Amino acid sequence: MSPLLFLTVLIFLPTAVALVLTLVPGKGNDDGIRYATLATTIAVLLMTLAMAFGWTDVAFETGESSMQHLTSVPWIPTFRIDYLLGTDGISFPLIVLTTAISALAMAASWSITKHVKAYCILFLLLETGMLGVFLALDFFLFYVFWEVMLLPMYFLIGVWGGPRKEYAAIKFFLYTLLGSVLMLVAILMLYFASDLRTLDPSQLIATGVVSASLTEGDGAAAAEAILSAAEPQHTFNMLAMQQMGQAGLFSKSLQMWAFVLLFIGFAIKVPSVPLHTWLPDAHVEAPTPISMILAGVLLKMGGYGIIRICYPICPEGGYELAMAVCTIGVVSMVYGAFAALAQTDFKRMVAYSSVSHMGYVVLGLGVWSANWQTDYVTGYWKFGMNGAMFQMIAHGISSAGMFFMVGVIYDRVHHRNLNEFGGLFRKMPVYSGMAFGIFFAGLGLPALCGFIGEAFVLFGTWKYSITLAVIAAAVVILTAAYILWALQRVYLGADYRGPHAEGIAPITAREFSIAAPLLALAILFGVLPSLLLDYMAPSVNQTVDTLAEWTEANKPRPDSPAKAENKQADGSLATPDAQAVSLVPIGNEVSP
Amino acid sequence: MTFQTIIDNLATDTLDVSVPLFRPELVLCVTMVGMLLGKVLPIVRKFDPFVIALAGSALALAMAIPKVGLANIGELARVELFTGMLVYDALTVYLRIVLLASTLVLILLSRITGLADRFDGQDYYTLLLGATLGMCIMASANHLLIVFLGVEMASVPCYVLAGMVKNSRRAGEAALKYAIYGAGTAGIMLYGITLLAGLTGTAHLPTLATQLARMDIPALAASGENNGILLAFVLSILMIGVGLAFKLSAVPFHFWCPDVFEGATAEVAGYLSVASKAAALALLLRLTIGVVMPLAAEPQVAASVAPVQLVASTTVTDNDAKPPLSGSRFLALVVGIVAVVTCTFGNLAAYGQTNIKRMLAYSTIAHAGYMMMAVAAALWMGPAGAADAVDALLIYLGIYLFMNLGAFAIVAVLRNAIGSEQIADYGGLIRQCPLMVASMVVILVGLIGLPPLAGWIGKFAIFLSLAQAGDPLMIGLLVVAGINTVIALVYYMNVARVMCIDPEPTTRGPVTIGLWPVSLVMVLTIPVVVLGILPAGLTEITSQVARQFVGP
Repeated sequence: MSPLLFLTVLIFLPTAVALVLTLVPGKGNDDGIRYATLATTIAVLLMTLAMAFGWTDVAFETGESSMQHLTSVPWIPTFRIDYLLGTDGISFPLIVLTTAISALAMAASWSITKHVKAYCILFLLLETGMLGVFLALDFFLFYVFWEVMLLPMYFLIGVWGGPRKEYAAIKFFLYTLLGSVLMLVAILMLYFASDLRTLDPSQLIATGVVSASLTEGDGAAAAEAILSAAEPQHTFNMLAMQQMGQAGLFSKSLQMWAFVLLFIGFAIKVPSVPLHTWLPDAHVEAPTPISMILAGVLLKMGGYGIIRICYPICPEGGYELAMAVCTIGVVSMVYGAFAALAQTDFKRMVAYSSVSHMGYVVLGLGVWSANWQTDYVTGYWKFGMNGAMFQMIAHGISSAGMFFMVGVIYDRVHHRNLNEFGGLFRKMPVYSGMAFGIFFAGLGLPALCGFIGEAFVLFGTWKYSITLAVIAAAVVILTAAYILWALQRVYLGADYRGPHAEGIAPITAREFSIAAPLLALAILFGVLPSLLLDYMAPSVNQTVDTLAEWTEANKPRPDSPAKAENKQADGSLATPDAQAVSLVPIGNEVSP
Repeated sequence: MTFQTIIDNLATDTLDVSVPLFRPELVLCVTMVGMLLGKVLPIVRKFDPFVIALAGSALALAMAIPKVGLANIGELARVELFTGMLVYDALTVYLRIVLLASTLVLILLSRITGLADRFDGQDYYTLLLGATLGMCIMASANHLLIVFLGVEMASVPCYVLAGMVKNSRRAGEAALKYAIYGAGTAGIMLYGITLLAGLTGTAHLPTLATQLARMDIPALAASGENNGILLAFVLSILMIGVGLAFKLSAVPFHFWCPDVFEGATAEVAGYLSVASKAAALALLLRLTIGVVMPLAAEPQVAASVAPVQLVASTTVTDNDAKPPLSGSRFLALVVGIVAVVTCTFGNLAAYGQTNIKRMLAYSTIAHAGYMMMAVAAALWMGPAGAADAVDALLIYLGIYLFMNLGAFAIVAVLRNAIGSEQIADYGGLIRQCPLMVASMVVILVGLIGLPPLAGWIGKFAIFLSLAQAGDPLMIGLLVVAGINTVIALVYYMNVARVMCIDPEPTTRGPVTIGLWPVSLVMVLTIPVVVLGILPAGLTEITSQVARQFVGP
């Protein structure tokens, strides 16, 4: 199967099934529709697993840092817009996460009993949008998929949500749309600044501007046609834009503006303080499976956008604003943790914990770009960025799990007031045990997935700013405080004091089969982080390396006297760089 | 040149060149006459006026499609008709198709919703076709007199159409308001036209363009000597602008729009929002870009026929005249400011509306703002990028046709089904007529301009041209347009929310919608989806049209 076909099926299989479902009569077929939807999400999951484990010829090569299965078809030739897909170590783990969380969330959707057909159709459309965002490498296409998610999400929250669902849904929609409009302005500015003629033919093929596979042998001719054009050849190709951004084609002010606009767009999605206020509302009102998707996948798109778009395309902006980005990350962590501590609504608390945990991602991504001022060591950048990527996956697992755990108890007692729980451990031992595991993963307990990402991010931060690192590390205590306090109030204690005590029943097999994989993954990635790092690290490291080269070339390092002395004194290569790199496992470990 | 040769040339020009290219309009005229005869002649009376109108407009539409085919629309030569009064170029062809297509849809819709049956069918269709004829003439105007003539020919039938609902105070009020506003602004426009024609000594637009280039307004302004002339120029431009702004329902000449839309039937409102606006935009293009942009490809009539230039003076071929760019930037500024205000005002005012037609009226005001932004971008960029901006406008217009006609068609169908046009009465309709509501949601989201629906392509193209202009001022327009998109989200989604999430009102009985209304709405909705995913077919046509209009 060609990569084009495979990836297209991967993205649009849910849509195709959704279209078929529209023709099925909705009345009396609820279970059939649910099973069909679940089967679709599982089929898509299997496709991504097949890529991961090499069961198909469109397999994902671990250890390969460049873009894989890059494939394109012209879409709107007037504006040189391509249907350009591809995946690398940055997007692939997120794609697998998306399909996995979608399948689990669909399995958790049996509690939805109202308008099941419409729910399933919107759910499938949402999945198409999510997969498209991670696979699209054309900026226009990326934007289209980014927006495609909004409408299904609006209705999924607005129709199947809690009491204030309409407010939450439109707030979500408004915030995200505002962010995407700013993003669009940046995209258009970059588009008109771009010029394909500044690339060389091999770059044109490597970035997918000229499709070597579609125009067999003609690749060179097509590239020649672009290079010899009289007018600037604008492009929406993200990879080409990355080359241009790093080659200095975009002016400094353009890069700053574009970076800020793009970053705001993505920070809304992450969400970072002060743009986070949609998230608690959306989470509290959304039904459980949609909360799982929201926390597990949608928030990751912000982080993905920052690592894929903001930094590589506008390194100048990233370099200049590194401190601001890191500060935003730390502020989100602290603010989210304190806010979580203050909540009495179980779900709201988990929502704020997401704000806090996603702060690590922003911090980890932001940290690398300025490291060189203290000590120019790419190893630490790699720590930060790998940590952020790992944290995204880990948070995707743990937060989806936490929301599911809240949903399980909410289905039984129909309230989420932390102060009215208690004593659940005695009545639901299995459920409570799993909940402890998943919440501990969220807390960042060593040997669970949450720890690795946080620790890596902190390592990276330390070399950049000790102050930020100390504050960030202190947040772990706050996190422990609110999670342990919540666990204590919900699961421990003598007796359940709240309403609907009669509804409390042990976890069902279906619920168990959703929680178990999440818990298993949380433990697995906590114990063997290399399972995940093997996939992501080559691409992440390559991103760091190219940006390091860019910094080296464009930002001459002020030769500090101490360093100069060092070099003169022993004359050897034992510079801090070399030492530090050897300390860093990721830098060496992954190179095959 | 003897009198005989003048007559001969005139005859060849009219009969051999002009009339064949003027066929769609002639077909409309014949249809109207036939319909009016139906009131007198018993033989014709047997025919349903609907059938005559449908056949007439379908024939006109078929004739409007050029022989070379739409795919090669750019190959059409620019021909001046009737001694330079009208112009036949790709833009004329494209807009005529848009206008006639919306007329055709409206005729079908009026039949399906039973609008034309309730009144006198002949009168209704005659007025409708008459308005269309006027709009076609607006779209192809090449002379200031024709500009005025077209505006009046299009407006007067619309006044009557707006008041067609008998025994309705609102309809009467709407028609009266429309007529008074229309008459006032038309008078001002006429005054502006006379000023401009007096200053330049011509009313033929291409000649006007060369005259303006020769007069070199920027130099005039710089010298500071003839301030009187300069003032008269500015005044004439602004006065003509008033007439155009009225037709476009641009702020501050938009007051008629919500009242007329609320008072008129949804069908007529839909027609006004699409066809009338398309014609007005065509006029805006011809009067701004057509005049200030030095028209390349000057030979005005291709082929062997040497026309008599009764109006145009061919001697004025001052190729060395430098493009009056700063005049163009001045116009860009005026259009841009009006566009920003129109767009923002329309979107903000739409918030508080409880009547769907009134809300859509403000929404059309906002959309006029977006489209004027494309004109501003074109004027700003000058010949270099104007084609792209005009292209964006044409894409938007083509897509807007489906979205707005679709929205008003649904409003009309729902009015028949539930007897209300209040947004609140649409509560929970998704449970009773899912297909209709799904179409409405698609159209509303299209109107917001969210991908992957077609409205997004139009909006994107306009944003692209604003970014292409690149100047901070144009980027400012872009940002305002972007923020407006976010503002617009709330009131469009409000309708979707009421329809999909709110509970049904207890008073509503069963809602039945027939097969015909559903099919018509589908015909209008499906392109909104398809053009969003596969816009290449449309963009290819519009890009050729724009390039031919602006010149290579």
